[in-house]
Amino acid sequence: MNERTLTIWEEARARGYSRRDFLEFCGWIAAAAGVEATGLARVVQALETKPRLPVVWFHFQECTCCSESFIRSSHPIVSDIVLDKISLDYTETLQAAAGKQAEEALHATMTKYKGEYLMLVEGSVPTAAGGVYCCIAGRTAQDIVTEAAAGAKAVIAWGSCASNGCIQAAAPNPTGATPVKDVISGVPVINVPGCPPIAEVMAGTVVHLLAFERIPQLDGLGRPKAFYSRRVHDTCYRRPNYDAGLFVESFDDENAKRGFCLYKMGCRGPVTYNACGVTRWNNGVSFPIQSGHGCIGCSEAKFWDNGPFYRHLAAFPGFGIETTADTVGIAVGTATAVGIAAHAVTTNIRKRKIIAEGIQSSTKPGPDEGGA
Amino acid sequence: MARIVVDPITRIEGHLRVEIEVQNGQIVDAYSSGTMVRGFELILKGRDPRDAWAFTERACGVCTTVHALASVRTVEDALGIVVPPNAELVRNLMFCAQYLQDHVVHFYHLHALDWVDVVSALKADPQETAAIAQSISSWPRSSPKYFADVQARLKKFVESGQLGIFANAYWGHPAYKLPAAVNLLGTAHYLEALEWQKEIVKVHTIFGGKNPHPNYLVGGAPCSVNIDEANAINAERLSMVGQLFDDAAAFVNQVYIPDLLAVASFYKDWAAVGGGLSNYLAYGDLPTHGYHDVGKFKFPRGAILGRNLAEVLPVDGKNAEEVQESIVHSWYEYGDGDDKAKHPWEGETRLNYTGPKPPYEQLEVDKKYSWLKTPRWKGHPMEVGPLARLLVGYAAGSQEIQEVVNSALKTLDVPVGALFSTLGRTAARGLETILIARWAKEFYAELLANIKNGDTRMANLEKWDPKSWPAEAKGVGMTEAPRGALAHWIVIKDQKIDNYQLVVPSTWNASPRDQAGQRSAYEASLVGTPVANSEQPVEVLRTIHSFDPCIACAVHLHDEHGVHVHRLNAF
Repeated sequence: MNERTLTIWEEARARGYSRRDFLEFCGWIAAAAGVEATGLARVVQALETKPRLPVVWFHFQECTCCSESFIRSSHPIVSDIVLDKISLDYTETLQAAAGKQAEEALHATMTKYKGEYLMLVEGSVPTAAGGVYCCIAGRTAQDIVTEAAAGAKAVIAWGSCASNGCIQAAAPNPTGATPVKDVISGVPVINVPGCPPIAEVMAGTVVHLLAFERIPQLDGLGRPKAFYSRRVHDTCYRRPNYDAGLFVESFDDENAKRGFCLYKMGCRGPVTYNACGVTRWNNGVSFPIQSGHGCIGCSEAKFWDNGPFYRHLAAFPGFGIETTADTVGIAVGTATAVGIAAHAVTTNIRKRKIIAEGIQSSTKPGPDEGGA
Repeated sequence: MARIVVDPITRIEGHLRVEIEVQNGQIVDAYSSGTMVRGFELILKGRDPRDAWAFTERACGVCTTVHALASVRTVEDALGIVVPPNAELVRNLMFCAQYLQDHVVHFYHLHALDWVDVVSALKADPQETAAIAQSISSWPRSSPKYFADVQARLKKFVESGQLGIFANAYWGHPAYKLPAAVNLLGTAHYLEALEWQKEIVKVHTIFGGKNPHPNYLVGGAPCSVNIDEANAINAERLSMVGQLFDDAAAFVNQVYIPDLLAVASFYKDWAAVGGGLSNYLAYGDLPTHGYHDVGKFKFPRGAILGRNLAEVLPVDGKNAEEVQESIVHSWYEYGDGDDKAKHPWEGETRLNYTGPKPPYEQLEVDKKYSWLKTPRWKGHPMEVGPLARLLVGYAAGSQEIQEVVNSALKTLDVPVGALFSTLGRTAARGLETILIARWAKEFYAELLANIKNGDTRMANLEKWDPKSWPAEAKGVGMTEAPRGALAHWIVIKDQKIDNYQLVVPSTWNASPRDQAGQRSAYEASLVGTPVANSEQPVEVLRTIHSFDPCIACAVHLHDEHGVHVHRLNAF
């Protein structure tokens, strides 16, 4: 194998892009990541001089929705990431080689780039019964992940499976499904939860590492703040309906046809940190609430056990007891068969305060999570 | 005899291991094993049946949406809910979008590298590639400059020394037979298809809010229609759907199908390889007069035995004697003996790993060797998938299916028997995509007509409240995943899931042997497949990939009473 590797700028030039195109691309990355104009030079410099980052992508207990989401990325598009920005040396979903040859490619990267490669993990790791619930090439997932993490520069835990165990960790968790951060140590882990995460959030996390050569700022749960510091509720375009007490009472009713708030339909937007309301899905086309279904909270730990999905939240963090001023109404619903607590409708002044609280609270573990 | 192990099988969904025995350059025996399990049905027990679509959808992210569809149908069947026509149409449109994306991705990104030698594309003359491309299709991006640019990009990539996803593959293997110019065509369209596929899934985003894993609703679809409102399905949203399907039809008809036929014409010898079983099963789908009017599905329901295209046998998911699962070679146990076969409503499963302690070199194939159970239809092993769908449709007299199949056979100049093969399976997938692209436009036109006529209903909520449900109810929901016949079975007791079971396409195709020693489809089709170099078994990948494996959803466990939790914890 040739030792010489091309930088991202050289790749771009080779593909016929002008210097101007390249600078525009750098500017886009900088803008997407919220970098000030003065930081742009650093982005340009980073992309000009870096060889492609060796990357290995593992699949354990998962459904491959994270890989599928990743290939939906619109900016950058995935062929540009895979051909020009990283060197995806092992991925069971896309790589041409199989079996022994695939394993050889993996080990070649792990040896040659020891301490340098980025490790991406899709899926949880089963720890019950000696790990027999997920084996690849005769080895357990736990064995593989431990070995690979030891030589990785950083680990990205894709999706809720790798970040918090997701569906297979839902009660009674028959296989002992465990998040990646709980089975490895000594290497930084970036959690990018969601079932799956938004494509551009996945690509954005990789681009952040490449462009800025650093781990993005993470919250107390290891999630990039760039994408997980806002509640879906606080960024939802239907929020004014909530504030005004305008709710969908039943799917496809007149209020649903007018796009009212889905809180009473069980929407988990108020307790879910994700970029759905801002970035939206599939290049900004829509997101669950815009298409008429409440958020099911798929980026939050234990969301499968925080159901049923159509039972609405009794109360949610940051709202409630201290609210007095400008409480314009109390709505009590009986749309579902369960007890429904009152909830306050708050003013914009109150909302500003809540958003500020949200940013603070997302930097430390919530009361239920305890940093687990 | 040397045992060759291919693990991991890459370019699939899930964890699949194949062990083969080769003699005189041919596979004489084969064993297929699913090596990962999650425990879905145990997790579903006790939950709200209206939530089941979200849980089961996570069975697979590649064929996302199909489990959600099977699930809402299962619950609706149990509770006697009939969805409004618009909801049926939206479900059909989401189904079509899924097929269009999935089949194209399968051909280019999961299967093509078995036939297309990327390294050989470096030696191609872009002029020649352009001439070939223009002779088979009117696709506008077929200029010499376009192919030269792709080749230059590929060259730089290879020269970088970091081969990434193309590293250490079987390039130069004698089984690759395409001329360099066609290899360049395939490689260029590999990249183009990767860029295109992210578009058609936006149909899911519009109706279901996201992709992968769009949202569904028991009783209909969650997206309301209001042509005078920005917050609902209106003219702008519908126009986007229409445009996406138009663009998809263009890509399928001008890129995918011409490429498929061009590549197939160099590999006609694979029309005699990989036939495997002679029985085919399709549940059918794409209702045109509601889900319960099975006779009016675009894809007919039925079974074919012994490749007898003169007879299509009726299939009933509720008949306890038809679909049954056994575990004699699977890492589970049955309370009344592992030699039994059980209908899904009566199914039980307890995880019981008895394989070798990892790390291991070989599975104990004479004992239990997979996390997949073994389903049978009236005791017969059945192949499911695009080929089964087309054969059942062909035999059932669907003129549209007959026309598209006959036309392809004529183009390739091969007899109808060529369908029973690795190549036939791969071709069938493309041929049904032509039909799907056509049908999507029909469903779209019908949805528009309904709305124009004032019918905007999208959900039937009469049975939404669990208090309106009977104390006990049973249901079956059937569909066709891109990979084949998919059904869910539910037992509801006291408004909760008492038993929930999935029998999925790759369980039919990838399962281990049954109690009578009969092979399932993967194992049967591998026998007889040639292997030129046992160190580089690219031929194994061709036959296995022709089924489009999707293993995560094939592995699951059933539990009828929930008492096995303790047994599981005892490990």
